[in-house]
Amino acid sequence: MAKITSIADLKKFQQEYRSLKEARSREKIIVSVSLATCGIASGGNMVMEAMKDEVARQGIDNVEFIRVGCMTYCHSEPTVEVSLPGREPLVFGKLDENGARQLVQKYLKKGELTGTVIPVNYTRVEL
Amino acid sequence: MEPKKQLRIATRNCGFIDPENIEDYIGVRGYEALASAITNGTPAGVIEQMKKSGLRGRGGGGFPTGVKWAFAAANQADQKYVVCNADEGDPGAFMDRALLEGDPHSIVEAMAICGYAIGASIGVVYIRAEYPLAIKRLIKSIEDARDYGLLGRNILGTGFNFDIELKYGAGAFVCGEETALIRSMEGSRGEPYTKPPFPASAGYWGKPTIVNNVETLANIPPILVKGADWFSSIGTENSKGTKVFALAGKITNVGLIEVPMGITLGEIIFEIGGGCPNGKQFKAVQTGGPSGGALTSRDIDVPIDYDNLIARGSMMGSGGMIVMDEDNCMVDVAKFFLDFTMDETCGKCTPCRIGSKRLHEILCRITQGEGTLEDMENLQCLGATIKDTALCGFGQTMPNPVLSTIRTFMDEYRAHVVDKKCPAGVCVSLLEIVILAESCVGCTLCSRVCPVNCISGTVKGVHVIDQAACIKCGACIDACKFQAIVKR
Ligand SMILES: Cc1cc2nc3c(=O)[nH]c(=O)nc-3n(C[C@H](O)[C@H](O)[C@H](O)COP(=O)(O)O)c2cc1C
Ligand code: SF4
Ligand code: SF4
Ligand code: SF4
Ligand code: FES
Repeated sequence: MAKITSIADLKKFQQEYRSLKEARSREKIIVSVSLATCGIASGGNMVMEAMKDEVARQGIDNVEFIRVGCMTYCHSEPTVEVSLPGREPLVFGKLDENGARQLVQKYLKKGELTGTVIPVNYTRVEL
Repeated sequence: MEPKKQLRIATRNCGFIDPENIEDYIGVRGYEALASAITNGTPAGVIEQMKKSGLRGRGGGGFPTGVKWAFAAANQADQKYVVCNADEGDPGAFMDRALLEGDPHSIVEAMAICGYAIGASIGVVYIRAEYPLAIKRLIKSIEDARDYGLLGRNILGTGFNFDIELKYGAGAFVCGEETALIRSMEGSRGEPYTKPPFPASAGYWGKPTIVNNVETLANIPPILVKGADWFSSIGTENSKGTKVFALAGKITNVGLIEVPMGITLGEIIFEIGGGCPNGKQFKAVQTGGPSGGALTSRDIDVPIDYDNLIARGSMMGSGGMIVMDEDNCMVDVAKFFLDFTMDETCGKCTPCRIGSKRLHEILCRITQGEGTLEDMENLQCLGATIKDTALCGFGQTMPNPVLSTIRTFMDEYRAHVVDKKCPAGVCVSLLEIVILAESCVGCTLCSRVCPVNCISGTVKGVHVIDQAACIKCGACIDACKFQAIVKR
């Protein structure tokens, strides 16, 4: 990547990246896995591996996994946020290996709810 | 739909971007505040915005950030420094760790903004070595920002130079105090020194230095992007914006929360936190960690901000909230915090070094049933003396957990001292484990689990505990299927 050399450059990069992301979220299922110390300690990596494995088994080919920081729900770790194209993202918590596979088979594949959905309890300031 | 109780400004990106991908951060208008400031702004303009926003330090002291920056900006020197305090040592607190692991670029960006405002070209993050993941992500952010030309020499062609390095702390609580932190960064023992001089005039290597907390910094890019007026419209008269708290202890929804200043304690504990688990009664919450005090059910309607908490004998602190229910003994809680401070005092000054030990000894006596009314007076008198005479903020606040629990839970202290009882059933020396004759069916289970064989009785006969031999382990209580054994 070339250096950013001016504020105009930065803004251009920002715009392009934003449209790229929007396009991606229209086509792809985005799974964000909470992988800060808290998430990792409660098994977040295992959940991600199980989901990746199940996605491959089910032959779903439009899933993108992202490692993100703490989702703040200590009480329900491990947590993942799933964003299906055209739907509001949902956070699923208290996942184990089995729950992770169920999530792929039910929600990712057919859009059917399963497991523990954590209600969003905040307003987020977006810049 | 009912408006949400939480508002996320500092933690806006945590859980939403890949912290190891600078492009993700730039995509959410990352580095825009820095770019605008250095391209179209002036240092004085940035400081003016910070002052107008009303942002106060989130590391515990609550000092207005813009005012502090103005001091450092006004001091002339060949070199100035920006220090990020990531020492986070309060028991039960993990706000700064979550921010560094979830959104490290916002800290990098904010440090560069501070450098521009005060005229510093070097930033240092003092971070505890026990935070390996935060360290890894921070190092990657700094390297990526350099590669993208957002750190280093001549940033965005403006002539502004700024770079960041890391210093690791060994995890001493007192090293979070800014003067001890500076000593530790210089390679000396982490012992505080008297202020003035304040770091803003003579800090790291004797040069003007701004020390800011991680969460303070995380608020800065949004303030500059959305404007000081937007920020100051949130919160109370003298406490603007939000505060991140780490909810821990006897609370259903353990976790990280970010709430606007002015929210009530009740909203935090019951609506966001979901109250105490297992249907237990809420008793108190410790804010400000070992420097703070207990708020109780009487404070449920108090709007949380810097001034109200101090008026209630507690303090905001860095954001740890340890919730206690009816099963917690407040004397024992005070002893827990004193245990911590007794270990963590740096030992430089007498009131704190010896005073913490003496306070702890008295609390031990009380919990063992050997306390006297004079001990209670001594706790208060000694606590007040330590507050008046200790050298740094550590010693000056260390008696707070004792003084605040004595004030609000006087009855509980008296029960230990006068009646030799622990109402919460925690202090082992003051308990008796007894079998209720009317409920015991003589199944013999308890006598088989007792590790010291002090329960006697025949099959189908009422069992009895030999009080002199009982070690109060509680195993028999758990074993009895007829709820015939109780603590009292
Ligand atoms: C005993 C003691 C421990 C402290 N620990 C921390 C800490 O872990 N993190 C922190 O940011 N500030 C801590 N502080 C406060 C710092 O001295 C300093 O006020 C703060 O870092 C300034 O940043 P702010 O204005 O952004 O809050 C501590 C203070 C004392 C007295
Ligand atoms: S008050 Fe305590 S921590 Fe502070 S300098 Fe004195 S001994 Fe050290
Ligand atoms: S276990 Fe309970 S019911 Fe059985 S002998 Fe002991 S006290 Fe009595
Ligand atoms: S509390 Fe422990 S030591 Fe005491 S009687 Fe019960 S099992 Fe035995
Ligand atoms: S600190 Fe991240 S979920 Fe608890």
